[in-house]
Amino acid sequence: MVALTKEEVKRIAHIARLAITDKEAEKFAKELDTMVGYAQQLAELDTDGVEPTTYVLDMKNVMRQDEPKTWSSREAALTNAPDKQDGQFRVPSILE
Amino acid sequence: MALFDYSIKEIESKLERKDVSASDLVDESFQRIKEVDDKVQAFLTLNEQEARTQAKELDDTGYTGKEKLFGIPVGIKDNIAIKGMPLTCGSQFLRNFDDPLYNATVIEKLNAQKAITVGKLNMDEFAMGSSNENSSFKPTYNPWNTDYVPGGSSGGSAAAVAAGEVLFALGSDTGGSIRQPASFCGVVGMKPTYGRVSRFGLTAFASSLDQIGPITQTVEDSARVLEVIAGQDRMDATSADRNVPAYSEQLTGDVKGLKIAVPKEYLGEGISSEVKEAVTNALHVYESLGATWEEVSLPHSKYAVAAYYLLSSSEASASLARFDGVRFGVRAENTTDMIDMFKKSRSEGFGEEVKRRIIFGTFALSSGQYDAYFKKAQQVRTLIKQDFDTIFADYDVIIGPTAPVPAFKIGEKIADPATMYASDMLTTPVNLAGIPAISVPCGFSNDGLPIGLQIIGKHFDETNVLRAAHAYEQATDHHTKRPNLGGEA
Repeated sequence: MVALTKEEVKRIAHIARLAITDKEAEKFAKELDTMVGYAQQLAELDTDGVEPTTYVLDMKNVMRQDEPKTWSSREAALTNAPDKQDGQFRVPSILE
Repeated sequence: MALFDYSIKEIESKLERKDVSASDLVDESFQRIKEVDDKVQAFLTLNEQEARTQAKELDDTGYTGKEKLFGIPVGIKDNIAIKGMPLTCGSQFLRNFDDPLYNATVIEKLNAQKAITVGKLNMDEFAMGSSNENSSFKPTYNPWNTDYVPGGSSGGSAAAVAAGEVLFALGSDTGGSIRQPASFCGVVGMKPTYGRVSRFGLTAFASSLDQIGPITQTVEDSARVLEVIAGQDRMDATSADRNVPAYSEQLTGDVKGLKIAVPKEYLGEGISSEVKEAVTNALHVYESLGATWEEVSLPHSKYAVAAYYLLSSSEASASLARFDGVRFGVRAENTTDMIDMFKKSRSEGFGEEVKRRIIFGTFALSSGQYDAYFKKAQQVRTLIKQDFDTIFADYDVIIGPTAPVPAFKIGEKIADPATMYASDMLTTPVNLAGIPAISVPCGFSNDGLPIGLQIIGKHFDETNVLRAAHAYEQATDHHTKRPNLGGEA
C-alpha cells in the first residue's frame, strides 16, 4: 500500500504542471489514497506473461506520403494566442 | 405530433413533398430551444444566424434527394471542433477559445450531407464525469425531471435530443459518455467500434478509448447518422480501413436465431431491481421475436473500472498537457517564469475533477509506479478483451443494462466519487475492448425516469448491434414516449 503524503502529491502536481495550495494538496492526498487503494485490487490478478494492450485494433505503423501541405496562415494560427509579438507566440522569459 | 417526433426518413418524405422546408426545421429547433432550454440548459453556444442562412440557401437550391441529412438540425458536443465557433470542452481554460480554425472530420461529413448545426452542447469538463455537474459553465438538467442529472459526459447532447431541441446530436464516449446519458434521457446512444469514426477534431481525453457517436431518438436515425460519419480518415491514423455498410438498409426487424449472451455480472450486485426487471422484460421480447439467450460470465468485469480509471487518467495527463497557456486558452497574470506560467494558467483554468485525474494519471505513469499501475492496467485490459472474445466465439451480441440505476438527483452522488465511478461498471469494459455498443430505451422507473438497454457487439459489427436494437425498439413503444417540458411540442 502506497500511502500518499501531502508532499508526494505536491511533487506529482509539479510534474503535471499544476500549482496547488497546501489545503488542496491535503484534500487530493486523501482522495488519491482512496483511488490508489481502489486501483490496487488489480494486484489480485495474476498477469504474468499477459501482453499489455495499448491499442485494441491490430494496426501498426500506419504510413502515408510525407508531402508538404498548407495549413492555416500564421496570422490565423495566432488569433487565439494569449500573447504574441512579431508573428510569434510570446512567453515569459525562460532564462535568468 | 411535433416535427421532431418524426424520424429523419419521415422528414425526408416531407421535404420531398414540400410539406416542410429546411427553414421550417431550423425554425422548429430554435423555437423549441427558446421554449425549453432555460429549463434544460443543454446548449453552450447557439449558431442561429448562420443556421438560418444555411437553411435558406438549402431551400433556394431545393431538396435534391441526394443528401442523407438535408436540412436536419444537429447539436454538437462542445469538444468537437467547428471552424468559426467556440470550442470550450466545458472548461474555463477554453472560455475565450472562439475559433479552433478548422472542422473536425465528422463535421465535414455532416456538412457534406447538408445537416445544419444549431449549436454546441454542454458537457462535463473535458468529458470527465457522468452527470454534467462537472461543466464549469452550468449544469444541464434531465428533460424528464429537471431535479435529476442528464448523465454525462455527453449530457447536453442527450438532453437536447430528448427535449426535442434538435433531431440528433453527436457525443463522445470514453467510458460510457454517450450510452449512459442516452440511458438517463430515454434516447438512443451509439458508441461505435474504436477506429470506426475519425477522431480528428475531437479534443482528446484518452486517445486509446475515445470514440465519437450519434445520439438520436430512434435506432433507424442512429444507423443513418453512423453511416454518414463513419470511415477511414487520413487525418486520424487510428481510423480503420474498413468498408462502411449501409447500416440503415440492414434494419430488417428480424432477429430469429440471434444468439444473445447475458453476463451474470451485469445483473448482479449494485443493479437496481427496476433496472433488472426492465432488462428481463426486454429479454422476453427477444424470445418472442425468435432470438435465444443464455447466461454467461465476463469474469474480469469487476476489474474494469479500476483499469479504466488508471488508463484514462494516465492518457489524460498526457493529452491535457497541450493546455499550457501558450497558443490558446487562458494565461494567468503575474507569473515569474515559464514554468510558473504553465502551472498558474492550468490551475486557474482546470476544475477540480480534471486536476484530480491529471494528478492520478501522472502518479500511475511516474517512475516506480508505472509497472504496478499503468502496465498492470494494460494487462488487465487484455484479460477484459479476451473475456469478450470468448463470449463472441459463441454469441452474436451481449445484452445487459446501460447503467445500474436510472438518473440520480442533482448533487446526490457527486459528494462521493466512488459511487459516481461505480455507475461506469457496465460501460467501461466496452471501451477497454474497443467494441461497439448501443443504449436503447427499455422502460421507466416508478419515478418516471428512463431505463436503457445496452447491446454490445463484436469489433466492426455495428450491423448486428443496430439490427438487434431496431428489432427490440419496433416491438416496443418506449422510444415514442416524450418528456413533458411544457411548450407546444
